[in-house]
Amino acid sequence: MFDTPKREAAVTKTDIKMSARNCQVFYGDNQAIKDVDVDIDDKTVTAFIGPSGCGKSTFLRCLNRMNDTIPICRVEGTITLDGEDIYDPKVDPVQLRAKVGMVFQKPNPFPKSIYDNIAYGPRIHGLARSRAELDDIVEKSLRRGALWDEVKDRLHEPGTGLSGGQQQRLCIARAVATEPEVLLMDEPCSALDPIATAQVEELIDELKQNFSVVIVTHSMQQAARVSQKTAFFHLGNLVEYGETGQIFTNPRDPRTESYITGRIG
Amino acid sequence: MTDIARNGSSAPAPARRNRSLLEVDDRTRRRNAAEARFKLMGSIAVIIGLLALVGLLTSILLNGMSSFRQTYVSLEVYLDPAKLDKDGSGNLEKIAKVTTFGYKPLIQKAMVATVAANGVDDQGLKAKKIADMISPEAPATIRDYVLANPDKIGETVRFDLLAGGRIDGYYKGRVTMETAALDRNVSPEQLRIADALRDAGVLDTRFNWAFFTAPDASDTRPEAAGLGVAILGSAYMMLVVLVLALPLGVAASIYLEEFAPQNWFTDLIEVNISNLAAVPSIVFGILGLAVFINYAGLPQSAPIVGGLVLTLMTLPTIIIATRAALKAVPPSIREAALGVGASKMQTVFHHVLPLAMPGILTGAIIGLAQALGETAPLLLIGMVAFVREYPAAPPEGLFDPASALPVQIYNWTTRGDPAFVERASGAIIVLLVFLLIMNILAIILRRRFERRW
Amino acid sequence: MNVGILSLIVLGLAALGYVLARRRALAVVQGDARLLHSRTGYYGQLVFLLTAVPAFLVMAIWLFLQPILIEQRVAENIPGTAIPEGGDLTLVMSDVRRIAGGIDAMMADGSLGEAQLKDMHADQTDIRARLAGVGIALGAEVSPAVFEAAKSYRKMQKTGALAMTVVVLGLALGMMGLALSRISATLRARNLAESFVLSLLIGASLVAIATTAGIVLSLLFETWHFFQLYPARDFFFSLTWNPQFRGGSDLGFAPLIWGTLYVSLVALIVAVPIGLMIAIYLAEYAGKRVRSLAKPAIEVLAGIPTIVYGLFALITVGPFIRDWIAQPTGLGDSSSSVLTAGLVMGIMLIPFVSSLSDDIINAVPQALRDGSYGLGATQSETIKQVILPAALPGVVGAILLAASRAIGETMIVVMGAGAAAKMSLNPLEAMTTVTVKIVSQLTGDTEFASPETLVAFALGLTLFVFTLGLNVLALYIVRKYREQYE
Repeated sequence: MFDTPKREAAVTKTDIKMSARNCQVFYGDNQAIKDVDVDIDDKTVTAFIGPSGCGKSTFLRCLNRMNDTIPICRVEGTITLDGEDIYDPKVDPVQLRAKVGMVFQKPNPFPKSIYDNIAYGPRIHGLARSRAELDDIVEKSLRRGALWDEVKDRLHEPGTGLSGGQQQRLCIARAVATEPEVLLMDEPCSALDPIATAQVEELIDELKQNFSVVIVTHSMQQAARVSQKTAFFHLGNLVEYGETGQIFTNPRDPRTESYITGRIG
Repeated sequence: MTDIARNGSSAPAPARRNRSLLEVDDRTRRRNAAEARFKLMGSIAVIIGLLALVGLLTSILLNGMSSFRQTYVSLEVYLDPAKLDKDGSGNLEKIAKVTTFGYKPLIQKAMVATVAANGVDDQGLKAKKIADMISPEAPATIRDYVLANPDKIGETVRFDLLAGGRIDGYYKGRVTMETAALDRNVSPEQLRIADALRDAGVLDTRFNWAFFTAPDASDTRPEAAGLGVAILGSAYMMLVVLVLALPLGVAASIYLEEFAPQNWFTDLIEVNISNLAAVPSIVFGILGLAVFINYAGLPQSAPIVGGLVLTLMTLPTIIIATRAALKAVPPSIREAALGVGASKMQTVFHHVLPLAMPGILTGAIIGLAQALGETAPLLLIGMVAFVREYPAAPPEGLFDPASALPVQIYNWTTRGDPAFVERASGAIIVLLVFLLIMNILAIILRRRFERRW
Repeated sequence: MNVGILSLIVLGLAALGYVLARRRALAVVQGDARLLHSRTGYYGQLVFLLTAVPAFLVMAIWLFLQPILIEQRVAENIPGTAIPEGGDLTLVMSDVRRIAGGIDAMMADGSLGEAQLKDMHADQTDIRARLAGVGIALGAEVSPAVFEAAKSYRKMQKTGALAMTVVVLGLALGMMGLALSRISATLRARNLAESFVLSLLIGASLVAIATTAGIVLSLLFETWHFFQLYPARDFFFSLTWNPQFRGGSDLGFAPLIWGTLYVSLVALIVAVPIGLMIAIYLAEYAGKRVRSLAKPAIEVLAGIPTIVYGLFALITVGPFIRDWIAQPTGLGDSSSSVLTAGLVMGIMLIPFVSSLSDDIINAVPQALRDGSYGLGATQSETIKQVILPAALPGVVGAILLAASRAIGETMIVVMGAGAAAKMSLNPLEAMTTVTVKIVSQLTGDTEFASPETLVAFALGLTLFVFTLGLNVLALYIVRKYREQYE
């Protein structure tokens, strides 16, 4: 409601990968997200920032229909991926999630070996036709997850035995292994120490060469470091959306300014 | 926006990037089919579980409902002084000398007369065969009446006498004309007479109160068998369990939950309790037989022994429930009481225990319900014996022989006459109704006093 | 005086002590309760406990020890000649007990007085007939020595009971007096009463240990007794079970173990897949409404007594399997069979497996589910490849618990499996189990003198060890599993 349509023109330089129009989310009778319009560019890192409970995670989970697993959650409006409505009844959320992967706040490796963790996605989606191909995918994904050198000698040990930062990179590698087009990250560094956080941030920067990355974060510094575009959410509204530099140096909305200067949130 | 042309009909994996979301590919279709199959298997399993429950209950209900109805014959019996009180003295001891055998001719005469009076064709049967339609229990019924009312001798009294088991079975569908033709105990002629008497209003089927009050009966008279002694015996055992298991269980839980230090001995007790909860019930029966009966010399078949065995068996259940209830009381309550200077013991007995009471009682009721349905240990301590006398009032009655509901059921299933299967199923309905009441009570307690901290 | 009345008297004394103690406490401070260390009720409580508890304790110990001591004394006095050939002392002692009981019965109905008894001797009077008159049937004529033993047994019992009454009442009164005399304003009555209560609480929690000890000791003792009469090697390694009343029985436990394991296996084959699928469906798929209806309904199955399942096997499932499966295929013709018992037991175990698995599946963190869905897995893929492997140890524990239930189950096999000890692979044949044989060898029998009866204890011990082992293992696995997610 506060965003201006003109703003869009200013930022639409690259391809738009995903876009949301009039997106509303309800939990039972409570409205968690109000009228969000947003465009997510391809091969770009987009950061969602805002105070706790502002709806940024909820909105993120709409982008690959993870909210479908919550029975009382209802989504209205349209969200498209490459121009196709992802809430169309014909769309299978399973196929959608193969294209829009997700990494969660807490590292959640499956209680399987490192290899099987990575191979899980490719296996269920049938991406490998032979054992050798699968091995290749696992290696490639672990390399992309910047974890290969650390674990290549113990691929068949349980993934739960890794350190927190390694676990989170394992989860990222696991998400990357299914070759998604968009990667959603829900506060991926909030459970990690500063060194692990730096590693993950570096990784995100590399990932944007191949994927469009959307990251929800509590840390404004992190948003400033890794993202090219930033959206500021407040009380379920998208208050402001634009180039990261512009949001942090020259916010248009007073609430954005209050938030980044530390007066609210 | 939906008509963006994409070419991706059967592209291999790497080309998946260009596929439209709106087309479901073969692999996804297969995976979704597997998903549907798996979900179907789950719902089938639930349905099997529910069907098993329904099948179990219907089987018992279908077999047992008829035991709540019983066929009676209404007869005018002339209490002939020539047979019952030969010298006319009215001396009760002499009247008591006349055994049930002496009452048989009276019934036979009354039965023949009733058949004739109602204009029923006697089908050419002898008088004895006609009298056989009445239960062999009937003479005892009349004798008891005469001994209670000796002044009625010489009068004609109307009795509602039990019809024989096969006649009763005929009206419950267990006996048919065809089976009667092959049956030594009943003939189609008798059944025809019964039908005529029923039309005449002499014979009818009505609610079977005696089923709840009468004692067990011998193998040849299923129609007279009732649950009186068994219900009383079970009630006595539940009394013992309640009196012993509840205080013991609560005391043990209070110690373990509130006072016990963390050491190997407490661990030992806890491991012990959780293992006792899983010891097969029959092992408790062996314990009861070896310790209470053989060693301590308590009588067999007595509710006290059954009660003790069931107490030991129920104790772990009650302890586990009580500890859960105590644990649910928040520490803030304890801290508040301790903070105003109450001792630990006062805190527990004045504050924690009352708050945990609904949970404790719920656990106790569930433990009792479990004890009420338990059969195996009672078989070993001799409760399966044939008992016809009601136990006396407690506490002496606790040492008298008695039966118990589940054991009576088992006992009936081992007998030959199929009428006992009906009785056993009926007794199960009674048992299940008791259990249902107890569980509803537990649910009400929990609902009413449930606290959210 | 009987134990019940004695207990009531002791309780009465204790109550009296309570009242007196309160009065006395008030009296020592001239009615000003504030001067007392504790509230008056605590003085009462203390005296009550001191009066009742030691008295009851002594009574319990007395009741426990008296039978042992008396039996020993009487047994010593029975001459070797009174023991019939081929018999043994325990049989004679049981006769002694029964004769003593018979004499009591005769006293009760007035046909015998104490004075008469004194002059009564086995060789003069027809004891056997008179005992039969009060319902005590003896196998043989009573020898004078046994009759004398019975008389002295009875006498010692009477003396013992009298002595106990005196001691217990004396103790109660003494303790009451002592406690009352100690009451003063500075007596720390609350602390004393509370530590007393605490020791009672500890005592209550020891009942569980005493029960286990009772089980283990009685099983071990009688099993040891059994192996004195019957070679252990035959019990463990003989493949036949054929008890004879006249001795010369074959008591190999192998056929019983086989039957037990076979029935349990069938039960688990029924219960595990169905129970597990129910748990999965209710935990992962079912809506709130379905769950709130189906879950309690399935759990009703767990609340139904086993006798009901037994009857179900006997009158419904057994005949059905015989008429529709066994006879058409010609594999069997009895309604009791391994399949009947296994099937019905399987139904009984369904709620057991399903509710335990339900708990375990719910304990798997949501993060793992999210992780899998986020990668585009379907729900069934998530369950089969993530949730079940994560829950596996817990589910294995649940299955072991169910197996231990199955092995110890009695009524269903008594009524559904049959009584023939056989080692066959055909599930449509009747076979028998350890529990069935415990029941049949022990029902109504209290004279543990023959190997045919005593074998039940050896079987009981086998059963106890089996189920205990399974339980300990299962609890260990489940506990380890819980720790993993806490």
